Amino acid sequence: MSWTVLLALCAASYALKAVGPVLAGGRELGPQVRQVLDLVAVPLLAALILVQTLDGGHRLVADARLPALAVAALLVWRRAPFLVVVLAAAATAALLRAVA
Amino acid sequence: MAAAVETTRSRAPQRIVRDAVGIGLAVGVYAVSFGVLAVAAGLSAAQACVMSMLVFTGASQFAFVGVLAGGGGALAAFGPAVVLAARNAAYGLSLAPILRGRLPQRALAAQLVIDETTAMARAQDEPAAARRAFYATGVSVWVCWNLGTLVGALLGSGLGDPRTLGLDAMFPAAFLALLAPQLRRPGAPAAAIGAVIALALVPFAPAGVPVIAALAGVVPGVLVARGVRA
Repeated sequence: MSWTVLLALCAASYALKAVGPVLAGGRELGPQVRQVLDLVAVPLLAALILVQTLDGGHRLVADARLPALAVAALLVWRRAPFLVVVLAAAATAALLRAVA
Repeated sequence: MAAAVETTRSRAPQRIVRDAVGIGLAVGVYAVSFGVLAVAAGLSAAQACVMSMLVFTGASQFAFVGVLAGGGGALAAFGPAVVLAARNAAYGLSLAPILRGRLPQRALAAQLVIDETTAMARAQDEPAAARRAFYATGVSVWVCWNLGTLVGALLGSGLGDPRTLGLDAMFPAAFLALLAPQLRRPGAPAAAIGAVIALALVPFAPAGVPVIAALAGVVPGVLVARGVRA
């Protein structure tokens, strides 16, 4: 495997990460800009949650990850501690796969 | 989530560190399987470790070695990996108000801009707590991701499939717990529109594109925030 391509990927990955902290982190941001930036991560993380749960490789599938997310949602709603939510989701998926 | 109950200042730092370590450990198990897959796909152990240290964004790295394992060349693997890394640019922008300080510090912090650090930082109410959550999660995940990669690359066989332990279900659950407090107006329409766009694109778009496309959800969010009926 080529080191050149690997190092190019390192550079590209870092450049993408650095856009915000390096270019925008050093200056004062107006309230309108901050309002937009405050919202940027919300739809991305919402999308990430559902894509990680339902993505079956270019199609949507409902497998053990979906009930695990439902259990997590219930626990979040009941204000369970973070680690309880995460471990309960893992246990749900693991159990469902073990019996399947 | 716990943030709503444990609002006293003395409890908060401990909770942040505890949650950050928990996320790191889960990531570490995935890193072992990354190390195994990377070496199986033709990377040397050194290349796998350099990749985890310097690329340090899991979805990209898995995509890269996945294309190689499927018989594609390094150049063919480059494109999908960069597309999956692109969301970090949006994360970096959303973290810019939190990641202040001098340029060298910001340049170093940039390397830690990933899903986990963004979710943990944005889940905090105050900038100081957000910064603490960002660095605690970043260091925890970086250390675990690299140790796991090293172990997987050297062993060549891992702990088996992390999915047997339900670890793949941990990440959406963690992100949901961290996102939930932000799902008030105007976050709710932004999240809903973003999620619908992403799911609609999954069958058609290359991996990584659906999540970036969810950025469009910012528009209804801003409209709601400014009191305009969309």
